[in-house]
Amino acid sequence: MIAVQTINGLQLGILLFLLSSGLTLTFGIMDLINLSHASFYMLGAFVCASLTVLTGSFLLAIVMAVPITAFIAFVVEWSIVGRLYQRDHLDQLLATFGLILVADTLVHWFWGPSGLAVPLPAWLQGQVSLGASLFDPAIVIPTYRLLVLGFGIAVALGLFWLVGYTRTGMLIRAGASNRVMLSALGVNVRLLFTGVFALGSVFAALAGMLIAPVTEASIGMGNDIIITAFVVVIIGGVGSIKGALLAALFIGLVDTFGRAFLDVLLMQIMSSQAAETAAPAISAMLIYLLMAVILVVKPQGLFPPAQR
Amino acid sequence: MLEVSALSKHYGGVKATDQVNLNVKAGECHAIIGPNGAGKTTLIGQLCGELLSDAGVIFFQGRNVTGLPMHRRVQLGLARSFQITSVFDDMTVLANVAVAVQANRGHSFRFWRPVSRNESINARALEVLRLVGMEVQHQQLAGALSHGERRQLEIAMALATEPQLLLLDEPMAGMGAEESNAMLAMLQALKGDITLLLVEHDMDVVFSLADTISVLVYGQVIETGSPAQIRNSATVREAYLGDAG
Amino acid sequence: MTDSRLPTGVALITLILLAGVPLSLYYAGHIFWLDIFTRAVVLAIAAASLNLMLGFAGLASFGHAAYLGIGAYAVGVPAYYETYGGGGMIASYSGWWHLGLALGASALFAAVTGAISLRTRGIHFIMITMAFGQMLFYLLVSIDEYGADDGMTVDLTSQFSHVDLSDPVMLFGICYGSLLLLLLLQYRLKHSHFGRILAAIKQNENRTRALGVNTFYYKLTAYVLAGVICAYAGVLMANFSTFISPGMIEWTRSGELMFMVILGGTAWVFGPVVGAMIFVLLEYFLAGLTVYWHLPFGLLLILTVLLFRGGLGGMLQRIGATRGEGQS
Repeated sequence: MIAVQTINGLQLGILLFLLSSGLTLTFGIMDLINLSHASFYMLGAFVCASLTVLTGSFLLAIVMAVPITAFIAFVVEWSIVGRLYQRDHLDQLLATFGLILVADTLVHWFWGPSGLAVPLPAWLQGQVSLGASLFDPAIVIPTYRLLVLGFGIAVALGLFWLVGYTRTGMLIRAGASNRVMLSALGVNVRLLFTGVFALGSVFAALAGMLIAPVTEASIGMGNDIIITAFVVVIIGGVGSIKGALLAALFIGLVDTFGRAFLDVLLMQIMSSQAAETAAPAISAMLIYLLMAVILVVKPQGLFPPAQR
Repeated sequence: MLEVSALSKHYGGVKATDQVNLNVKAGECHAIIGPNGAGKTTLIGQLCGELLSDAGVIFFQGRNVTGLPMHRRVQLGLARSFQITSVFDDMTVLANVAVAVQANRGHSFRFWRPVSRNESINARALEVLRLVGMEVQHQQLAGALSHGERRQLEIAMALATEPQLLLLDEPMAGMGAEESNAMLAMLQALKGDITLLLVEHDMDVVFSLADTISVLVYGQVIETGSPAQIRNSATVREAYLGDAG
Repeated sequence: MTDSRLPTGVALITLILLAGVPLSLYYAGHIFWLDIFTRAVVLAIAAASLNLMLGFAGLASFGHAAYLGIGAYAVGVPAYYETYGGGGMIASYSGWWHLGLALGASALFAAVTGAISLRTRGIHFIMITMAFGQMLFYLLVSIDEYGADDGMTVDLTSQFSHVDLSDPVMLFGICYGSLLLLLLLQYRLKHSHFGRILAAIKQNENRTRALGVNTFYYKLTAYVLAGVICAYAGVLMANFSTFISPGMIEWTRSGELMFMVILGGTAWVFGPVVGAMIFVLLEYFLAGLTVYWHLPFGLLLILTVLLFRGGLGGMLQRIGATRGEGQS
């Protein structure tokens, strides 16, 4: 049980990281608070679902969906989001909230009101046995979950490489700590911003694509998880990719374990009936309580960015 | 009045202020000078409570204020003016000063009576405005004032908190010659009534106002003395005046 | 100085229409319109309470709908227990008990979440208030007894000795009277000692602290006050719709409240009322036009932000100012 839940928690963590890395980047560099991330998460899932049905291949669908969502991100950035960088956070929030409404409705119009399932190829539908551990006589995990985990880790590593070891990454880091300096260096700031927005959006879309076979694509699917991604960004420290990764894995594990084991834990200290009533309520609030505690101790999150 | 010992603040590996010692005596005008990046702004921030110090202690009127938040220090009589003019643009000149008067009079948890008709607050605010020669403009919106007038208002707001010690962060910044002279005259008049701690780039102003000067270089006080001592100090000349040409 | 006669005139006309139109239509037999307007008035109260934070003190809380939920569940939960048993002391149909519970619970929730979120500023504050709102949402979703995400119906409205809230005209009157009272209260508050300190915090918090003001307690007071008033709106909402669900407090609801305030204009005490009216009427007409009504709605939101700074209140003030100049 514990091993399986750990894998589940890590998988949730990886998805949260894909979502929150884009959020934390766009905030750190463009000073933009961006709700439309939720829409790209949903778009990724729908585009991928349609392409999977169309091409018959899930992997091919992912490969094709990435440039499509990137293109949509370019259009959105060019037409609307690009005009928001100089505005205050409230304006950004409302305008991108408007974008969510527009996106939800367009998806409704295009794909219809009900969800869209993504069929997995046969080789991903099976389960893998990973032997036994101290707590589990036999660990059996769906192959697809392992794939998600591996893929997510690969993308995370790619992002760290991009930000840490490339010229673009150097510009991104420079932009996060000092925006004025960038234009002084002669960098095309507008282009960099567009690129970062598209990158973040594609990451969100990738998260949506990966989750689609598990939950199916549905309208408004991003509107809940985006708030969890916010919690990750806050806990990790706004603007910090490392913080986002650690906080995402942490939140993923805490949330999963809370839902799976809290009732058992509570039964140690209260009657089983009381525990069964209290456990769902507490586990629903767990990550927010955690956030509150962390903020009391460190109002800027665990890894606040260096001086701006 | 103000005793500072071994005060330090680090940003990452950079020491913005490093073991600063300072002793400001009651009634004097104490100036802090130093090249750009010497840590003057950080020091002001630490003294007024905007920044928390990494090490060292600050005693104000014999009381340890090192850990006190900014608003508490103001209530004890340690006020500041800002280098970048910080006035409430959407309020009238009178209201700007009245905010400070309100703060000085205790809490403002009064929800019903219009504050603009509180004659006791208005009278005190006008009195302070008269002190800086601005009572004529008291109806104007602060946002509509000239730069020099905004600087004056800035000082008036600090004065309205009834400070024992006033930290002046570059009061002359961005002023023309005429405006500077008016400000200088105003500060001359304040001197003696209120202890002043002045951070300023304009050496003419510093040498005509200050009783004591401390020189801050790379976060450290390298010399403290009378204007004459500082003018003739070899250390200062080498580290600072020499650099400036 | 700007001319404030135009906004004041618009406010008065709106207030007259807000009462006159639904009541005359109601007595002419078009009962339905009273519903629309009652909803608009209740939302106006909620939006006005948000403006107390947003417009007065510059605190952009994005979890304000949570308080609507607290108020609504403070009606629904005691009534549920009274009907079906259980709940111990909480069970009651008494309106005063519902009100007391709503105000007490909202004050407590606001004090605790406010004390944490007000330690932060700007973007952090926005995200944290959003997260706390969502926390309450998930809490309600997780409680099966109260219908989880399906919510539950309120079988009997809050009971008062001389007032029958199940009478739609009476309910509208109560809501409308509450709104008038709240507007008077907010007008006085804005120009009070407290209001000036809030205005100073909104413009430059650091400067305000440097004048010796402990800004935290002023912000917290505004935060709690706004929460309590919004919970009151929630009590009215539950009695009006007789159905409550976690859907009332999802963060998108908070976004809508925010939209009403911004649309009407934050600098104007009356702004949220205009915003709420436009919102409810738009929602009604657009939803009647097409199932895809969120599309024009979302576009309108984006356009409001991009082109319409200061909201309607700001626009009216500008028009008033130019006309005033032309005359003199």
